[in-house]
Amino acid sequence: MDSTVYTKIYEAPPIDKKEILRYAGVRGDAPELEDILASCIAETSGRLTYKVCYRELQISVSDEVLDLGFCRTSSSGLKKNLNGCSSIILFAATVGIEIDRLIARYSAISPTKALMLQAIGAERIESLCNLFNIEISEQKKAEGYSTRPRFSAGYGDFSIEAQKEIFAALDCSRKIGLSLNQSLLMSPSKSVTAIIGISKDGRICDVAEKCEACDKRNCEYRRA
Amino acid sequence: MKITEYIKNNTLYLDGGMGTLLQKQGLKAGELPERWNISKPEVVTEIHRDYYNAGSNVVNTNTFGANSLKFSAKELGAIVKAAIDNARRASEESSGEQPRWVALDIGPTGRMLKPYGDLDFEDAVSVFAETVRLGVKYGADLIFIETMNDSYETKAALLAAKENSELPVFVSNAYGEDGKLMTGADAAAMTAMLEGMGADAIGVNCSLGPKALFGVVEQYLKCASVPVILKPNAGLPKAVNGNTVYDVLADDFAADVAEMVKKGVRAIGGCCGTTPEYISATVNKTKNIAPKPIEKKNITCVSSYTHAVTFGNSPILIGERINPTGKKRFKEALKAHDIDYILKEGIAQQEKGVHILDVNVGLPEIDETQMLKTAICELQAIIDLPLQIDTSNAVAMETALRRYNGKAMINSVNGKQESMDAVFPLAKKYGGLVVALTLDEKGIPEKAEQRLEIAERILAEAQRYGIDKKDIIFDPLALTISADSTAAKETMRAVGLIRHKLGCHTSLGVSNVSFGLPSRDIINGAFFALTLGQGLSAAIMNPYSDEMMKAYFAYRALAGLDDNCAEYIKFSETLPQTAPVSASVVSRGEVKDEYASELQRAVVKGLKEQAAVLTENMLRDVPPLRIVQEEIIPALNTVGVGFENKTVYLPQLLMSAEAAKSAFEVIKTNMSGNKASDKCAFIIATVKGDIHDIGKNIVKLLLENYGFAVTDLGRDVPPEVIAEEAVKLHAEIVGLSALMTTTVPAMEDTIKLLRKKAPWCKIIVGGAVLTQEYSDAIGADKYAKDAMEAVRYAEEINNSLK
Repeated sequence: MDSTVYTKIYEAPPIDKKEILRYAGVRGDAPELEDILASCIAETSGRLTYKVCYRELQISVSDEVLDLGFCRTSSSGLKKNLNGCSSIILFAATVGIEIDRLIARYSAISPTKALMLQAIGAERIESLCNLFNIEISEQKKAEGYSTRPRFSAGYGDFSIEAQKEIFAALDCSRKIGLSLNQSLLMSPSKSVTAIIGISKDGRICDVAEKCEACDKRNCEYRRA
Repeated sequence: MKITEYIKNNTLYLDGGMGTLLQKQGLKAGELPERWNISKPEVVTEIHRDYYNAGSNVVNTNTFGANSLKFSAKELGAIVKAAIDNARRASEESSGEQPRWVALDIGPTGRMLKPYGDLDFEDAVSVFAETVRLGVKYGADLIFIETMNDSYETKAALLAAKENSELPVFVSNAYGEDGKLMTGADAAAMTAMLEGMGADAIGVNCSLGPKALFGVVEQYLKCASVPVILKPNAGLPKAVNGNTVYDVLADDFAADVAEMVKKGVRAIGGCCGTTPEYISATVNKTKNIAPKPIEKKNITCVSSYTHAVTFGNSPILIGERINPTGKKRFKEALKAHDIDYILKEGIAQQEKGVHILDVNVGLPEIDETQMLKTAICELQAIIDLPLQIDTSNAVAMETALRRYNGKAMINSVNGKQESMDAVFPLAKKYGGLVVALTLDEKGIPEKAEQRLEIAERILAEAQRYGIDKKDIIFDPLALTISADSTAAKETMRAVGLIRHKLGCHTSLGVSNVSFGLPSRDIINGAFFALTLGQGLSAAIMNPYSDEMMKAYFAYRALAGLDDNCAEYIKFSETLPQTAPVSASVVSRGEVKDEYASELQRAVVKGLKEQAAVLTENMLRDVPPLRIVQEEIIPALNTVGVGFENKTVYLPQLLMSAEAAKSAFEVIKTNMSGNKASDKCAFIIATVKGDIHDIGKNIVKLLLENYGFAVTDLGRDVPPEVIAEEAVKLHAEIVGLSALMTTTVPAMEDTIKLLRKKAPWCKIIVGGAVLTQEYSDAIGADKYAKDAMEAVRYAEEINNSLK
């Protein structure tokens, strides 16, 4: 198997204002927030980078243990997600450190803007992941494979500790400037690592996605 | 021959990729390549030997990640020894006839430095120092710091190399396609910092293929007075039939690199994807190109973590407002350790258009060294302007210079021997542009010629330390014309003499000239314009002064520095709008029935400026406490209830809180000492290991609005610090925030310690991962799901104390 870690740099994905407002805690219409949102979006313009690094790994299951090619886990959530898959795309994505600086800057002068920028960062990194996911899905579909919803360390019973192995396997620091802190937080903070399962059967699988896959029913951010 | 001598007259050939070749030999994903120095020395030695045979003068040891964060002291020692032995053996076995050196390779730690990561700057220095000392011990010929994508970490590594060895140090950074490091620095900024600290060669490696790095390399060639390094990747990796290939082949690679050698690059090699074949092709392609002489660039500049600011024809504005002298509110902020106040001062000046910020936090009552260090670190975390470190305390100066992420402006030295003895060694070690005052043991001479003489003496002394003339900028001192009517004339003459006769740049604290006079701004602005005409390069000034800014923009337009007068026109358009929001405009605004007053409406609607103006107006007739009790708090309650009923969302709640805060600020400045409230003390912190603080800041803002005396300990705060502060302040309530499941244990530790040391205090917890169950499990008194709930609880506790 190809052991190379590939890097991709994207143009800014289209901005989803509704999603930003959702991350900022808005649950309905709030036209009076238009101006402040627009000014915060303008502040981030040109300052974010959209980088992804990834590699493909063969996986296998034996004795209830899932071997992901870079680490082993018995997470039942991940096993369910990857059921029927023979390989995975392991990826890390980041929108860079500047959003962290902007958030810190506005924390000192305007908590409202800090909150908005935080929400923008969350939307930006999710949009980047979506873009990458769609690209991988299409590529794999053309090769006769189908893909599963992305799954990250820390989802359900897939331990966040796996971040250490993910970082070692992707050389994130060198490839996209992403590093892991001792408390397993990532720097830059607006970053994601995840696994995308790839299966040979083309049929659509019934794996729940995003909020629907999560057990935390009372979460404030849960999609309706 | 020493490598630093050899490179003066020769193109120096470096080696190529190591990681890709080790992978081909079977290195597995996640396996640490440094261990192969011991387990497979023959493989590593052979790769080195192939590079020497291909023509490399320098081979980097296989120690990219050899540091104490990844290996135990014992293993690290063995790895570095084996790595150097392998390279040395390869050199001895090589058939090449070129001079050969072994470089100790040092790559990034893989951890991000504070504040955006969790590795402390000094810890990073220690980590690198350990590897450097081993490299020296086992006989490396030079140190090669490479692939650094953060300027701050680069500084830590170079400092460690300089403090622990006498070896030559090469420094090479990894730039993105935007020509910047991951953390923002461009080549000019890196050159300023690295040359200032004494790197022997600097440049670029990894990330991209040679062509894509041309822009960055050209910027290096324009700025650098030391040899420039180019060590690109063989383009980008692609999968072809299950194999990885890089998209720039050896011959194309060599041709591209040769282009850059012609332009002046002096040390060349390859990075990821390159092999001995690439080096050999490059040697063949470039061996007949005569090395271009390396010229001194004589650029007078300072830098931040993003960019350099160069002193030349266009005047540089240095904001003077971060300075407690004569500022009561600033002094209070310093005593209260109110860093946000300093940050706001910095941001506001940046928005006014200054290029550099002067930072002076000296007060007799505070620990200046500690405060200066904190101020520098906090400012450079969020403001990308270079800083001018302003202190007469040499210990504080060194502490600040050490932590500064760039090449700082050093304010100041003067002609007194004692001053030069203290400042010049620091400038030499850390780099920096030194502001030199033309005074000496005898004071400030009256005549311009005498000030020039002092300047010459200062230059001579600086040269003894090896500090270049370009790194000294003179302040010929403005004295007040109310005491001596010729004072301004002499200062202007001194500026001219230093600029034109001595050939050095000048900077001036302009406003002294008007001391003792009415309407000082008028004099200051005129003096600034006149002095710029004499060749003044920079001014320490108040950017809120319209007269100063007018002089600045007018001068640039008149001196042909402002194309189409575009910036002047832009500036002139801002002038009428600089007046504060007019009260009359606001007060004629219609008040809808639902609001009891305009102020309440402004707070509910989150209109910051209006709230401040309305409060100012109201204070003429209404006592401050009544405004708080009858206007602000009811308005906040309206919004708070709306939030709880989900008709008001979090951003709107915050906008109202900010508006209320701006009203409180007005009241505070008008209350002369009386406390607006006597509510209980509240300590708030994000727990150890966690660096998220948006939620914590929201809670803090609301609590302050409701009159609580909030002490914010920041983020990543150890349990001991929180407990200590709780005891010291006898705080009734402590609020703890955590974002991640991995930091909840730190929260539990904090609670345990607080129960022991401050058993009286109530503990309230919150943060993304927390739930009522978590909160109960770790023994908190209260879980608040949002900021309003925290406020309600705090009010409850406060009332129960009465």
